[in-house]
Amino acid sequence: MTASLASPAVTGGAKTRINDFSIQVATVNGSGSQTANTVLLRAIFQMGVLVSGKNLFPSNIAGLPTWFTIRASAKGYVARKATNEMLILMNPETAKEDIAKADAGALVIYDEPLQLDKLRGELTYFPVPFQKLVTASCPEPKLHKLVKNMIYVGVAARLLGVDMAEVKKAIAKQLKGKAKAVELNQTAAVAGYDWAMENLPDQDHIKVVRDHKTEGLIIVDGNEACALGALFAGVTVVGWYPITPASSLVETFIEYAEEHRKDPKTGKSTVAIVQMEDELASAGVVLAAGWAGARSMTTTAGPGISLMSEFIGLGYYTECPGVFFNVQRTGPSTGLPTRTQQADIEMCAKASHGDTLHINLYPGNMEECFQFSYDAFDLAERFQTPIFVMTDLDLGMQNWSSKPFAYPDKPYDRGKVLDRKQLAEIQDWGRYQDVDGDGLCYRTLPGTPGGKGSYFTRGSGHNDHALYSEKPEDYVAVVDRLRKKYETAKSYVPKPVFRNLGSAKGILAFGSSDPAVIEAQDMLAEGGLNTDYLRLRALPFTAEVDAFVKEKQVIYVVEQNRDGQMTNLLREFYPGHATKFKSVLHYNGLALDAQTIIDQIHGFEQK
Amino acid sequence: MSTATPSAPSNKLGLTKQDYVGSKSTLCAGCGHDSITGQIINAAFEMSIEGHRVAKFSGIGCSSKTPAYFLNQGWGFNGVHGRMPALATGACLANRTLINIGVSGDGDSMSIGTGQFVHAIRRNIPMIYIIEDNGVYGLTKGQFSATADKGSHLKSGAVNELPPIDPCTLAIELGCGFVARSFSGNPKQLNAILKAAFAYEGTAVIDVISPCVTFNNHDASTRSYKHVKDHDFPLHDLGFIQYSEVEEVDIAAGQTEVVTFPDGSKVAIKAIHEGYDPRDRFTAVKAIHESMQKGEFLTGLLYINPENPPLPEVLNLVDEPLATLPQATVKPGPGVLADIMESLK
Repeated sequence: MTASLASPAVTGGAKTRINDFSIQVATVNGSGSQTANTVLLRAIFQMGVLVSGKNLFPSNIAGLPTWFTIRASAKGYVARKATNEMLILMNPETAKEDIAKADAGALVIYDEPLQLDKLRGELTYFPVPFQKLVTASCPEPKLHKLVKNMIYVGVAARLLGVDMAEVKKAIAKQLKGKAKAVELNQTAAVAGYDWAMENLPDQDHIKVVRDHKTEGLIIVDGNEACALGALFAGVTVVGWYPITPASSLVETFIEYAEEHRKDPKTGKSTVAIVQMEDELASAGVVLAAGWAGARSMTTTAGPGISLMSEFIGLGYYTECPGVFFNVQRTGPSTGLPTRTQQADIEMCAKASHGDTLHINLYPGNMEECFQFSYDAFDLAERFQTPIFVMTDLDLGMQNWSSKPFAYPDKPYDRGKVLDRKQLAEIQDWGRYQDVDGDGLCYRTLPGTPGGKGSYFTRGSGHNDHALYSEKPEDYVAVVDRLRKKYETAKSYVPKPVFRNLGSAKGILAFGSSDPAVIEAQDMLAEGGLNTDYLRLRALPFTAEVDAFVKEKQVIYVVEQNRDGQMTNLLREFYPGHATKFKSVLHYNGLALDAQTIIDQIHGFEQK
Repeated sequence: MSTATPSAPSNKLGLTKQDYVGSKSTLCAGCGHDSITGQIINAAFEMSIEGHRVAKFSGIGCSSKTPAYFLNQGWGFNGVHGRMPALATGACLANRTLINIGVSGDGDSMSIGTGQFVHAIRRNIPMIYIIEDNGVYGLTKGQFSATADKGSHLKSGAVNELPPIDPCTLAIELGCGFVARSFSGNPKQLNAILKAAFAYEGTAVIDVISPCVTFNNHDASTRSYKHVKDHDFPLHDLGFIQYSEVEEVDIAAGQTEVVTFPDGSKVAIKAIHEGYDPRDRFTAVKAIHESMQKGEFLTGLLYINPENPPLPEVLNLVDEPLATLPQATVKPGPGVLADIMESLK
């Protein structure tokens, strides 16, 4: 059916979904649609409604199709929703397929010449003459392509009941400081709104109604949250190499460092940031900077970790601190560079050849991206080892609403470092002596004066005085102590968080899966299946994980990879409970949604 | 601090040469690398280098073992194959007051680590970059390296059919401001070059031909001790004068050219090779190519440009080591976070 002036309002017959819907916008990459979509998202957010945005973009600069979904949820569910109640179709290339895939009953805003209304019933069509509107509202032809998108924002605002004042405010915020662009885009949005008001019927399938759920909240992406964590952690050396989806983490950091990491008197920089020739070199910079006493980091994705792995083993065995951000994307190989996955779990748990076990942090939301990034530098220096901060494209590059980040008051933990004075008092110092019995040794920094404390760091066999050794007992003593360090880490890494509904059935998940798991857990409970949910936040597994594993009859391990990588780790570390773990898997590159989890758990339950 | 006899000469820091040694070498007896180690010790002693400020880096191979054999007072980092420059880069950023010495080999720098060699030079990492060049992989028992000359024979009789990569012309092409070649059998020249390299602020590349006495010292090798000795063509007589000694030294006029470093140190170059100007990279490259065509090893300070700014300067880093900046300097206050949070609302 095509809505027209003749029909006063389009009614679905069902109850209106207030602040509870998903919109999918199909556009062409590089057309400036990201700005328009963010404005729409922000305007709904400013109406006090919790929203999340997912940009499904191609590995391409311009010309390929891209989709953006906005989900509003009165209940506060921010995971991707598998069904969409509104489609905005601006891309002729994909329009037919988008129509074919649309959920029955969806509202479709489209560019009139595409004549999509002839393709399929079951949908409600809202044709809009975009070219006509853009020509009338924008005097400069070369800007038509960019401004065109802002017209659909106005049209959607009208149909959804979003206040135009909020749209205007969102445009001003998004294009901060560019007065001409703000005016041009506001004019276009208003033109779309006014035209829709006069020419399109209203609808009551989905509506935005002003609420108060977003007061005081921020909108941020995980890469920015991590960059801020590193900024406040006082990182001093950054060696990096561009890769999607991690580049914006460093690039955002650079912007903040320009402002906040300059000596106020001299204008000189208190952080060194170097774009290296490759990931191998980036890893070398991180470890040697850490060795020399700096707080150092790199940012990368799976292919980068593969390349860095030799150095990571060196860092583990020679005990050099360094923070490695892995914003995971879809592998293997180049895979889907602009899609999300949690498929580097096993690799980063044990990166490099030989026996290696690493500390991994799994932030599950924006506050944790900030806090864990801050904590990672403490852990790196305390444990003198590479630390992995594991996010993914969904956390890193998508827009999330969040509580503002709390200032990290905790002073830096610079770990066990001996200075000249302390060295002078020590008779026999050995770099790898386990003086305190916790596996953590005392180190010295190059350049320490006084004639004591120098040592030779080597990736080859060494004894507790850092001297070359091939003796079996020396080798075993070192690697056993490294294992002890891993045990010590259990009382330092973030503990899991629980969402227990009182059940012998458990769900274990981590990272970006959290919103979908919460939603699934509620829906399962509504259907009569209660679960206890443990959100894992780090490796090694802590005592709380031990207890959960022992206590539960069955544990559904939700993760975004094909092979059940976390399940494999759990089975390895809890061999006596290996049959309890059931893998709930999602790995098509899209963000996880609740229905996928529910369907798979029901599948297990019915067996 | 000194363990030597009271009669041993001491330098300006009151240290003797014994204070600059390292552990006992485990290389083959007669290895050219040990001669280079000896000259590093001599040069550091004569230059009164503060041992605790020295950071030593290496990759993998026979050459990369040698940092353990000199300057025990410094910190050493023996990393992974071909990646020594990345370690030096990280350390020089963490602490710009360190004196960095990188020791690599022809396998380490001209094959697996060529990319790192290239980019370290491009960034002008403050370090002495020594390539102990024997044209062969010694530690894996005698395979050709990428600096082996075309037509050179292995002990097994295998002939190298591929052209060599020359680290010196490559370094000049990349804009390196200090490029030298020497021979482990010419300690006097190597000593002068090393001292000049200590005074140079950026990447000082020194390719030292260092025959492998075990795997590449036979008659059909172009890197045998005898072959190199017979084909070593020094460019000039070099004299290095440290800044504080300038007043006491009389530099001969005439053919001698003087290059002054930013710290005031000077190198006096008495040309042997007619028409060679080590400050002109075009004539330098030409002269090296001509000598290579004749099968000669042109040795000496091949190219020098003392004005090249090193990476910490290009990045405009604060003067003190980043590694030890206090929390108050590097951690923005609560007001900064509050403002950022406000801007994200």
